[in-house]
Amino acid sequence: MTTPAKVRLGDRVFAGLSTGSGVLILLVLAGVALFLVVESLPVLTADPSELPGERTFWSYLGPLVFGTLVAALLALLFAVPLSIGIALFISHYAPRRLARSLGYVIDLLAAIPSVIYGLWGALVLAPYLVPTYRWLAENAGWIPLFAGPASSTGRTILTAGLVLSVMILPIMSAINREVFLQTPKLHEEASLALGATRWEMIRMTVLPYGRSGIVSGAMLGLGRALGETIAVLLVLSASGAVTVNLISQSNPSTIPANIAAQFPEATGITVNLLIASGLVLFVITFAVNFAARAILARRSEFDGAAG
Amino acid sequence: MRTARIAAALVAASLPLTACYSDANQGNAGAVSTGLSGQVAGAGSSAQSAAMQAWIAGFQSANSEVTINYDPVGSGGGRDQFAEGGVDFAGSDRAFEREELAEAAKPCKGGSVLQLPLYVSPIAVAFNLEGVDELNLSAKVLAGIFDQKIRRWDDRSIAADNPGLDLPDLEITPVNRQDDSGTTENFTDYLHAAAPEQWPHEPDGVWPVPGGEAANGNSGVVQAIAAGEGAIGYADASQVGGLGIVSVGVGDGFVPYSPEAAAAIVEASPRESGRGPGDLVVELERDTTDSGQYPIVLVSYSIACSRYDDPVVAELVAAFLSYVASEQGQAVAAQTAGSAPLAPGLRSDVLEAIALIEGTA
Repeated sequence: MTTPAKVRLGDRVFAGLSTGSGVLILLVLAGVALFLVVESLPVLTADPSELPGERTFWSYLGPLVFGTLVAALLALLFAVPLSIGIALFISHYAPRRLARSLGYVIDLLAAIPSVIYGLWGALVLAPYLVPTYRWLAENAGWIPLFAGPASSTGRTILTAGLVLSVMILPIMSAINREVFLQTPKLHEEASLALGATRWEMIRMTVLPYGRSGIVSGAMLGLGRALGETIAVLLVLSASGAVTVNLISQSNPSTIPANIAAQFPEATGITVNLLIASGLVLFVITFAVNFAARAILARRSEFDGAAG
Repeated sequence: MRTARIAAALVAASLPLTACYSDANQGNAGAVSTGLSGQVAGAGSSAQSAAMQAWIAGFQSANSEVTINYDPVGSGGGRDQFAEGGVDFAGSDRAFEREELAEAAKPCKGGSVLQLPLYVSPIAVAFNLEGVDELNLSAKVLAGIFDQKIRRWDDRSIAADNPGLDLPDLEITPVNRQDDSGTTENFTDYLHAAAPEQWPHEPDGVWPVPGGEAANGNSGVVQAIAAGEGAIGYADASQVGGLGIVSVGVGDGFVPYSPEAAAAIVEASPRESGRGPGDLVVELERDTTDSGQYPIVLVSYSIACSRYDDPVVAELVAAFLSYVASEQGQAVAAQTAGSAPLAPGLRSDVLEAIALIEGTA
């Protein structure tokens, strides 16, 4: 352009506001990170004898990281296939009117506060699962995962994983549904024209097209499962053991649930210890989100090929 | 000068040194109207929080010009805030240790720290066994169960405490708190004192034995016990509801918890020696053999300064704590929080300590 367009006041104000918002959120993030690092430093440099239980920071943290990852991965294990099924049903199987109302209902699940899920898990789901756990311990006890002895209250890490999976279902099915709906109609019609059944059409066109979307949806769900606090606190019997046994009363805690449980009575270096565990969770969640972004970025290249 | 002064007379009778309550009249929650106005802030123990709300409501309804805030941040947080001068009084499930007192007295303007055992709450050991309503357990057996050495309900040592009782062949699920709590600290202190051989762990707010069923808060523990057949756990007695309650071995007999028996052990136990005036720290005799006493109690202290900069704050703190210690105040707490009312002997000591509070002006 030879003559620069006249800059209007509204443009300037709006540009300023948007830039300001962008800078502000970065500042907030940097502030949080800075706070976590500064408050964690005393723990990282402290002598183990000063820490509660006279354990080193990493031996305190290890079981918590383990528990956080196990609970979140269990949640993903249940939620990924289920969310794909829900999304496919809505996008390709259900009659249009049913699909729409079902979509609303699933989205509504996301609006339920996590404390409700926690109470439901502790008061309804956990007791309900006790006979199942007993059966597993008796008949599948040779598998280390179900070695037992089965918990008599059902408040196990498997129950926590199940509750978390229900909590992350809405976001994952919503993303999957959107991705599946974007599958190019031409691809679908072409495969049907070649004689594919509906299942074969989905397998050959919808799922490959949506793969990266499924992964990034799972990553978002994983992020939520990693950070979930109150539901895990209410459901899980956390007594600190590092074990692959999923159905006993002795389970590792998760980082957020441990912070929520210990913070009210914490003083001195224990506060720093809890904040340091929060820093580790921050790093893990950040890594997960970063991975999701990277996958999404790959997907946008893929979009270009869509016709 | 008003007519009704029954409460005022009670307080004044044991407070010969303070004349400032003489013009008081009786409020509708049993609190004494002092004609004071102003603001006082406290923080600390969450165990006290239900009782504290009732006390504040009772005191403020009689003294509408007064605002008292209590933030249940936890005992440790309350002690920290008190020592930093952030609050005027604190609630704590344990008293300041003697070596901590110098640090804690910093905001007290040259005065000393008063520690008053104003909230006494029995801790009940509750269980869930079908067909069993009453259960006797000695301290040694309790320690064995919670240390996970005694693992089944038909264990011989449990049967020995309960002759004639048909115990099921069932695994024991011991339930403990997963959060740091004064209830755990007092319960482990009891096991440590009453069964030192069976309980090798030091008293601590964090549960020391891994591998049990863990739950959050008193309500979480009670809910876990209710949900698990064969479960046993400890919780604030006001919260155990319809669960079976263990009668705890004391001397040669077994004592069920009661507010009277809980108050009795606090009254009968000696004060910790080497403490200054007004520093009423009780050294609980958890291994008592007196069958009128229930040894598993939580004693939560109200912590205040003997000297405040602001005479109004000094007067308010003194008036509020006097109400808390009064018969009416203790009855209100017993009603709302299930605590054990102070025995008369301890009350008069507490009121004497409160009389030490003064403003520097």
